Amino acid sequence: MKAILGKKLGMTQIIDEEQVIPVTVLKAGPCVVVRKKEKDKDGYNALQLGFEQIQEKKLSKPVLGYFKKQAVKPTRFLREIRVEDDEVFASYKIGDEIKAGIFKKGDVVDVTGVSKGKGFAGVMKRYGFKGGPASHGSGQWHRRPGSIGASSDPSRVFKGKKMPGRMGGEKVTVRNLEVVDIDEKENLLLIKGCCPGKNGDLVIVRERKR
Amino acid sequence: MRSEIKKVEEKFLRKDIPDFSPGDTVAVHFIIREGERERVQIFQGIVMRRKGGGVRETFTVRKISFGIGVERTFPLHSPLIKKIEVLKKGKARRANLTYLREKANR
Repeated sequence: MKAILGKKLGMTQIIDEEQVIPVTVLKAGPCVVVRKKEKDKDGYNALQLGFEQIQEKKLSKPVLGYFKKQAVKPTRFLREIRVEDDEVFASYKIGDEIKAGIFKKGDVVDVTGVSKGKGFAGVMKRYGFKGGPASHGSGQWHRRPGSIGASSDPSRVFKGKKMPGRMGGEKVTVRNLEVVDIDEKENLLLIKGCCPGKNGDLVIVRERKR
Repeated sequence: MRSEIKKVEEKFLRKDIPDFSPGDTVAVHFIIREGERERVQIFQGIVMRRKGGGVRETFTVRKISFGIGVERTFPLHSPLIKKIEVLKKGKARRANLTYLREKANR
């Protein structure tokens, strides 16, 4: 298991041997192991990671109490990472720090985040429907979904029919992204291509799942 | 937050680029790869615009080639640019000299 919590800082380009590569800059870590969930007690092995230190006064008393009990510094984000391998799991203790250095140049990772909210979106944007013709006497029929089903049989619209509605703002994982570069001192990961979410949003970077 | 991205870009910024602006006449020495062979092509003309910032900055050069206007956009920090010569400083009253296109070929 190799995983870390991070923050999307934004995108830029880097030049690698005369080729321009689009990259997303992530501030990954330092994360702290806040809690270990164990198979015997919790049913599965997982590490709870905390990311981004925060002032104590910004937390409510119950949450602060939890950090005090675990004897770690309070953090803004807490996320659980499943660990299947028992040996790897045993090598981590509460309070351990995880830094961007766990990844190296050339690693392939999956990045999870919450996609940008698009609001109430029509069917063309949301599902890539074709819509209607832009001209040639098309009337007002440009971005409509078309027919949504047959008539008296079945005389209803099937469940799951693709219709307009809220789009974005959901958990998205982009798989098989390459780590182009890494800055261990600043805890920066440069990932080829784009990652889900707005700038400043929380992302989880995991080793590629095969 | 931006400062970290700037730091990432810094490594790729070229420091040997002369100061030039739209309206100037420049000669761009551009390295062209043809398989194994490498040669330098010179593109000389008037700078029409500079666009973008950081490593993403580009500039467009326009020249008249055999009576036909040719425009070419280069990434400012590309390692394929061997050098940029500023031949003449121009006087431009705007940042984007698109009006050059409409002007009769001089």
